[in-house]
Amino acid sequence: MDDQEGTFIPVIEVGEWVEGRVDWLTGNFREAFRTFSDLLGTLINGLIDALLFVPPDLMILLLALLGFALRSWQFALGSALGLSAVVAMGMWEAAMQTLGIVVFATVVAVLIAVPIGVLAARNRVVSNITRPVLDFMQTMPAFVYLVPAVILFGIGFVPGLLSTIVFALPPGVRLTELGIRQVDAETVEAGQAFGATPRQILRGIQLPLATPTIMAGVNQVIMLALSMAVIAGMAGADGLGKLIVESIARLNVGLGAEAGLSVVVLAIYLDRLTAAIGGSGADKSLGAMIRRSKGRSMAQRVTTGI
Amino acid sequence: MPAIEANEVFKIFGRRPERGVRALQEGKTREDLRKQGLTAAVIDASFTVDPGEIFVVMGLSGSGKSTLIRTVNRLLDPTAGSVVIDGTDISSLDGAALRRVRREKISMVFQHFALLPHRTVGENAAYGLKVQGLNRSDRETRAEEALGMVGLGGWGASMPSELSGGMRQRVGLARALAAGTDIMLMDEAFSALDPLIRREMQDQLIDLQQRLDKTILFITHDLNEAMRLGDHIAMMRDGRIEQIGTAEQILNNPVNNYVAEFVQDVDRTRVLTAANVMEQPVAVLGAGAGPQAAHKLMREHQLSWLLVVNRDRTVHGLVWSHQVATAVREGQEDLPLYRDGLRFTTPDTTLNDLFVDAASSPAPLVVRDDDGHLVGVIPDVTLLTAMANGQPAGNGQSPESAPPGIQTPTDPSTAEVI
Repeated sequence: MDDQEGTFIPVIEVGEWVEGRVDWLTGNFREAFRTFSDLLGTLINGLIDALLFVPPDLMILLLALLGFALRSWQFALGSALGLSAVVAMGMWEAAMQTLGIVVFATVVAVLIAVPIGVLAARNRVVSNITRPVLDFMQTMPAFVYLVPAVILFGIGFVPGLLSTIVFALPPGVRLTELGIRQVDAETVEAGQAFGATPRQILRGIQLPLATPTIMAGVNQVIMLALSMAVIAGMAGADGLGKLIVESIARLNVGLGAEAGLSVVVLAIYLDRLTAAIGGSGADKSLGAMIRRSKGRSMAQRVTTGI
Repeated sequence: MPAIEANEVFKIFGRRPERGVRALQEGKTREDLRKQGLTAAVIDASFTVDPGEIFVVMGLSGSGKSTLIRTVNRLLDPTAGSVVIDGTDISSLDGAALRRVRREKISMVFQHFALLPHRTVGENAAYGLKVQGLNRSDRETRAEEALGMVGLGGWGASMPSELSGGMRQRVGLARALAAGTDIMLMDEAFSALDPLIRREMQDQLIDLQQRLDKTILFITHDLNEAMRLGDHIAMMRDGRIEQIGTAEQILNNPVNNYVAEFVQDVDRTRVLTAANVMEQPVAVLGAGAGPQAAHKLMREHQLSWLLVVNRDRTVHGLVWSHQVATAVREGQEDLPLYRDGLRFTTPDTTLNDLFVDAASSPAPLVVRDDDGHLVGVIPDVTLLTAMANGQPAGNGQSPESAPPGIQTPTDPSTAEVI
């Protein structure tokens, strides 16, 4: 109340209002939220179980092979070593849980972000509305989402997952919009001039040419999701984040270091991998890559350094 | 029926552009509109393009030419006025009908090629056909055909990034040709190419146009290109069309100082042809006549030379007045014909190809048509006058009539010639 001394600006109880809204939601839609929460919980648990079903050695081999296919043998070797270190530190299960949240959140975020980004690129009104909403989502401290999410969805993976999606979504929208706006105007005109429909132009010209920028956005989504997935540990989501929260609570330096290093390994692996998919220039678009791999032998691909 | 007809087309950018059209019609200027936040890119443009011709819109950057060409296929909607393609007013068409016109009637070639970098050359050339919904094998056949026409046969599997600038624009051209439309819009199509390649592409375009009989609307800022390609040329400045005419009309009769100044740097000798500058001989002598008749005719018209023609108007030779005078004095029966030094040319030879012949003979150049009939003569002085006429109109004196010794410094054209 001291803040109000010497000012004429009246007190507005924003906090009370938000609390009231959340209470109202929990009061009236408890069942709906619980059902949604259970459904989402089943999905994410299924994904994590699947990741953990594969033995660690085989999983490391698969991830390294993926790194080799998309980037280089050096990267494959580096990731194999890093991931082996995660196993060696006894962090494998937690790491897979975190990876599960990141993958799930990224997929959902991209599925939401790309269409919104496309709409925003084509429509000024949509763009003007989304921009402040994205600003809000991005700048609001991430912890703040957690509390209402826990109240609405209960402790566990789901509140962490949802706040991760909210937090990681904005760069996906922004970079999709930017990517499509940046597509050479003349090339879009060429599509129009030959009588292409807006849909043909979007699929045949704008999206392929915007792919590098969109992939840069996906990369950002993944990195934000990873950082948020750690915070999600506070909401009771199992994984590296929970271990880190635990290490703080118990002042366990060793546990914190091990979990922290595992996060770093995951982060670098995911970042380099998605950067390789995005690449530079339209030549490295996913479509081009698929065409190339169809047409050329593995040996050639190694020599061209993909 | 004209292939393209633009009627009083306006294109104004800004909020509520219609008020700009009214203001312009009431006599306001482009600058007045700018103060209201409106940009008048195209003002009251009307022109017609006949089937099978190359119509060039020529103007400097900012003259509105690129905007104008985009109103023709409605990449930009005209603010006012109408565009009629093949008898269809496209201004009122809905989206689907407009797309049909674009697929079937008008294709376009772009300044920076606008190829799809992630598609092969063949797929790029087939783009219009893909949009039209043709099946893959037909597409590939027709795209390969079009690539062959532009000299890129066998390049279909390459990526555009592997091609040079000139080759990429050939792909752009092939894409437009493959679409099979009668009308092609070319927006500064050769401006991004270096001069040698540009020249080659111009030749190729002229050649293609003659073979395929396309109607081409060509935009350029290069006057020499305009003169080389255009059957008709529209000169644009500040959104308005200043003059429409053939290259010769624009060179010889510029409607105003702007056009005149613009064309003064053109190499006239490459544009003007023998037919543009030749004169009708004042008099000719029948091949059967003798020295007496020649002498009489030349005295009457004060001529120093006279052409002798056969009955079918083929050229028999030329006589000089001093030799005719000698022949008359000595009572000779035969004309003292001068034939070995006579030089012939055809009506469509450009002036720069005439100089060597003109310099190598004291006699005037004789212009004959393909059948060898006399159609005109070009004395040396006519050749020089033709080159000088392109200068700004000046005081209106023709070089011949300017009194020798009086050189007006403001009018270099007469000064140079005398």
